[in-house]
Amino acid sequence: MDLSAINPAVLFASLIVAATPILLAGLGELVVEKAGVLNLGVEGMMIVGAICGFAVAVGTGSPFLGFVAGAVGGALLSLIFAVLTQYLLANQVATGLALTLFGLGFSALIGQGYVGIKPPPVSALTFGPLSDIPLLGTILLRHDAMVYLALLAVPGLWWAINRTRMGLILRAVGENHDAAHALGYKVVHIRLAAIVFGGAMAGLGGAYLSLIRVPLWTEGMTAGAGWIALALVVFASWKPGRLLLGAWLFGGITVLQLNLQAAGARVPVEYLSMSPYVITIVVLVVMSARGGRAAGAPAALGRSFHATH
Amino acid sequence: MIRLEKRPTPSRFWTAATPVLAVIATMVAGGLMFAALGKDPLEAIRTIFWDPLFHPQFAGYSRPQLLVKAGPLILIAIGLSLGFRAGVWNIGAEGQYIIGAICGAAVGLAFYPAAGWYIFPLMVIAGALGGFVWAMIPGILRTRFNTSEILVSLLLVYVAQALLASVALGVLRNPQGGGFPGSRNLAQYPAAANLELIPGTGMHWGVVAAFIAVIASFVLLQRHILGFNIRLSGQAPRAARFAGVSPTALVLTCLGVSGVLAGMAGLFEAAGPSGKISIDFASGYGFTAIIVAFLGRLNPVGILLAGLLMALTYIGGELAQFMLGLPKASIQAFQGMLLFFLLALDLTSNYRLRLAKREVA
Amino acid sequence: MTVPLLKIEGLTKAYPGVVANSDVSFAIQPGEVHALLGENGAGKSTLVKMIYGLVRPDAGRMALRGVPYHPAKPSEARNQGVAMVFQHFSLFEALNVAENVALGMENPPPMKQLAERIRAVSQEYGLPLDPGRLVGDLSAGERQRVEIIRCLLQDPKLLIMDEPTSVLTPQEVGILFQTLRQLSGEGTAILYISHKLEEIRTLCDEATILRRGRVVATCTPRDRTAREMAELMVGQVLTPPAKAPKTPGPVALEVRDLSVASPNPFGTALKSVSFSLRRGEVLGIAGVAGNGQDELLLALSGEVTSPPQAVQIDGAPVGHLGPNARRALGLVAAPEERLGHAAAPDMSLTENALLSAHVRKGFLRRGFIDWAAVERFAKDVITAFDVRTPGTDVAARALSGGNLQKFVIGREILQNPSVIVVNQPTWGVDAAAAAAIRQALLDLAAKGTAVVAISQDLDELLEIADSFAALNEGRLTPPRPAQGLTVDQIGLMMGGAHGMDVAHRHEEAGASA
Repeated sequence: MDLSAINPAVLFASLIVAATPILLAGLGELVVEKAGVLNLGVEGMMIVGAICGFAVAVGTGSPFLGFVAGAVGGALLSLIFAVLTQYLLANQVATGLALTLFGLGFSALIGQGYVGIKPPPVSALTFGPLSDIPLLGTILLRHDAMVYLALLAVPGLWWAINRTRMGLILRAVGENHDAAHALGYKVVHIRLAAIVFGGAMAGLGGAYLSLIRVPLWTEGMTAGAGWIALALVVFASWKPGRLLLGAWLFGGITVLQLNLQAAGARVPVEYLSMSPYVITIVVLVVMSARGGRAAGAPAALGRSFHATH
Repeated sequence: MIRLEKRPTPSRFWTAATPVLAVIATMVAGGLMFAALGKDPLEAIRTIFWDPLFHPQFAGYSRPQLLVKAGPLILIAIGLSLGFRAGVWNIGAEGQYIIGAICGAAVGLAFYPAAGWYIFPLMVIAGALGGFVWAMIPGILRTRFNTSEILVSLLLVYVAQALLASVALGVLRNPQGGGFPGSRNLAQYPAAANLELIPGTGMHWGVVAAFIAVIASFVLLQRHILGFNIRLSGQAPRAARFAGVSPTALVLTCLGVSGVLAGMAGLFEAAGPSGKISIDFASGYGFTAIIVAFLGRLNPVGILLAGLLMALTYIGGELAQFMLGLPKASIQAFQGMLLFFLLALDLTSNYRLRLAKREVA
Repeated sequence: MTVPLLKIEGLTKAYPGVVANSDVSFAIQPGEVHALLGENGAGKSTLVKMIYGLVRPDAGRMALRGVPYHPAKPSEARNQGVAMVFQHFSLFEALNVAENVALGMENPPPMKQLAERIRAVSQEYGLPLDPGRLVGDLSAGERQRVEIIRCLLQDPKLLIMDEPTSVLTPQEVGILFQTLRQLSGEGTAILYISHKLEEIRTLCDEATILRRGRVVATCTPRDRTAREMAELMVGQVLTPPAKAPKTPGPVALEVRDLSVASPNPFGTALKSVSFSLRRGEVLGIAGVAGNGQDELLLALSGEVTSPPQAVQIDGAPVGHLGPNARRALGLVAAPEERLGHAAAPDMSLTENALLSAHVRKGFLRRGFIDWAAVERFAKDVITAFDVRTPGTDVAARALSGGNLQKFVIGREILQNPSVIVVNQPTWGVDAAAAAAIRQALLDLAAKGTAVVAISQDLDELLEIADSFAALNEGRLTPPRPAQGLTVDQIGLMMGGAHGMDVAHRHEEAGASA
């Protein structure tokens, strides 16, 4: 095995790229769960976003339109979840699963004609000479716009959740929907908006996978990324800053194991490729062992709301 | 304006009628989807739901397939339904199915080429144990550390798939296979084969096990305190603790039973219809079984019917793929849609829809 | 005469199967403290929800300062100077005081300014509060302050208070009344909902009495006796339960140094609780909500376990045993929350009968259920306790609160326990059912069962208890004989004013100086 083939700076740079899809999807789910809704359909929304983004980008030649389409695709799928759980009071766990199962099939269906095609390339932003700064330039300043967008979304969401009235209402709805209703807030509408936002973010994350990270379309290409995004939210104790940390940790493991595979590590490939999932489980255990209130889970998470009056 | 009004008592009629309505709605929506794909919707629906049973040319092959496909779906779904009723969300049955298959097949292959009546039963036990152990991981993590069993059981599917690839290429690879991945064909090793019991029906031991599971779970839920506790825990967790149900024991029981059944389903598949452990052994039964469980209203008899219906869509889907060039993925989307419609119609059993006059301000 | 602040005419609201309000009319003058009096289920809540814009009336008119008033949502009501302090469901435990206040305001100032105003206003009205604290960590009385301050910051013309004293000790009630009088003196009208008659006689200028959704009387409470108002409210003459003389037997339940953590994130841990109870004796445990009542029931019923010696039934250590093992030894319990804890809402009465009774009634053979026997038992409970229901296959949630409570208590009593623990046995139950339940508990004690009754209703405890103790922040006072205890003494046992009375005392000191 030749570890010298692994360049730390490049590793860090690709870690940031690998973390972007789950960061986007995780941030979206974080908002959804803050509103007290558990949407287990992240995987499904991501893969629908991936194919919608891919198809539109290939069709129009514009990656930008591709990302828009990815977000729209994810949001539309999440709308099904929203209607089922918020208006028809369907069980959130079951509906989320249905979303994932449907999304996987539906994306494969649309994606039939797109296997093996290359999407239009997305250029990295250039920061002039800054990008050539050794190490820092390689790690931070040679990425595409989506990476920065995702990174900016972290403080942006933190601010929106903790410092704005909108965020306060969102948290209130997620903590105690009966109280929020009694004060006259439209619980269902607020949750609807949060769910659709989560869908759009998952769709963006999926589009990032198919347009930049891979960049190709293959069936089932999300390979559990949506589930890992869900785990990240728990890991992050519903805090955007920690979510970034978690996404990087996970991105780092993914990239590292790929590099180790390439470097010919003497561990069988299968064990390396299962490592991100195993480590996610381990991290989940560590976080959840600290218990509910310390972990900061919204109190109304996963419970249906039906106004009787 | 339509208002929802909670029924004082759940409606039995709607509980039974919603799956039927959901199937009809899915046929309509699926027909539209097939039309959008440029296929004749009526022909597609007929090919999926009618031809596998009654087509003069194909029915002879596809009829037995019904039981072959329904067996594992029902077996897994019965296990899952107990957990779902209790609010224990094992969604990683696919992983338990794979591990069960690997463990059971490994035992069979270890005896190769010895003969003996005890080999197959040992394999079944090993398969059940494999599924059990794999399901105990989320179970113990949930009860010891309060870790979400939903996420852990699902993430373990990916781990199981990696393990499957590893053993298919490694320890379980057929030494006489010319270097190709995959194990020896167990179906051709009499002491280990899960053979068709009645020729031409598709009936194998897995199907028998599924029928036994249906009956046992029916009796459990209707007549036994354990089944009562399972239902109680799902509907009113605090009342269950008041009734003396230990949440820990309940979580472990539900996950354990579903793991055992999924593991057995995996072994029956590996030793029968599939015949061997290979990279593409996992075919998504563990996930489809979730749909089957819900479609069957978590009720054993319902699951039996739902399993048969879902098996029909599998076979019909293959037929449509072959006859109409309908993409394979469209069946998966079709099954997902079915679950959507079912969940959407679900509220009719607990709520009444009312056309309300606009309220006077 | 001046234009009334709020005038209500002919308000009617019907829900499927029930008419919550029928042709309700009354008026409130500025600065008036107006009582809305009625039993549980008389339609008080629906009426105030209409005034607050949460529910729309089917018919009728409201006018605020002579101008037609029909709020479509609470924010409209708040904009027009109507504010409401809820009995339940309107605070967010995981948010801090300032955030909770902000959520109830239309245009809250930035958090820093808001925090300062909360401090200032809360001092001014004698209800000091720290804006930075998590609401989940506050006592019930402090939580109510959050709600009141939230209203006061909006400068309301009409303040609606829904059963505000049910979470307060008698001393805290005194502080609250002082605040309310201060407000009324400043011209704020108060609509005060309660079923506690003495309170209303002390505080209110006018009273509207509701029964089954209709106004049955309007009166000036100071001119009436509590008994007169009670009979107007209930519509019948009430007989207090009869206590039979008895001789206490040997000790049935011994609790020694019981300390357990709460299973709920914002719950109260029990701290070294000790008492012993003889057969035939009724121990009443008072306390303001959230001082460990739920935890005490859980620790006694076996849902929360403790060291073996901490709980003893007839001398046998059972602290480590679960509910069914304790039932086998004779201890049964009826938790406060009927739907979801004592009974499963969606299950039939037969199934709910099985829930807690299978151990003592022997309904199981090797785990298999004898459903026919369970159904017979359910029917027995229904007959013996006059539970109004079409049958045993009805879901528990379909029963009214009083009927379900009778079923739940009856289910435990018919198991012939040696010890029974009940929490809030008559909460939210109509007067007739409440009287029946109290009588049933007394009859059970007369037959030699030890009864632990946890309740926030002091009148109830004084009616049935032989000895009396109070829970305060998870600690239990030593039990005292109930005979001769005054409400003031009980209030002090419950923790007095919990050290919350700083501001008013200061004022009084200033006034007397």
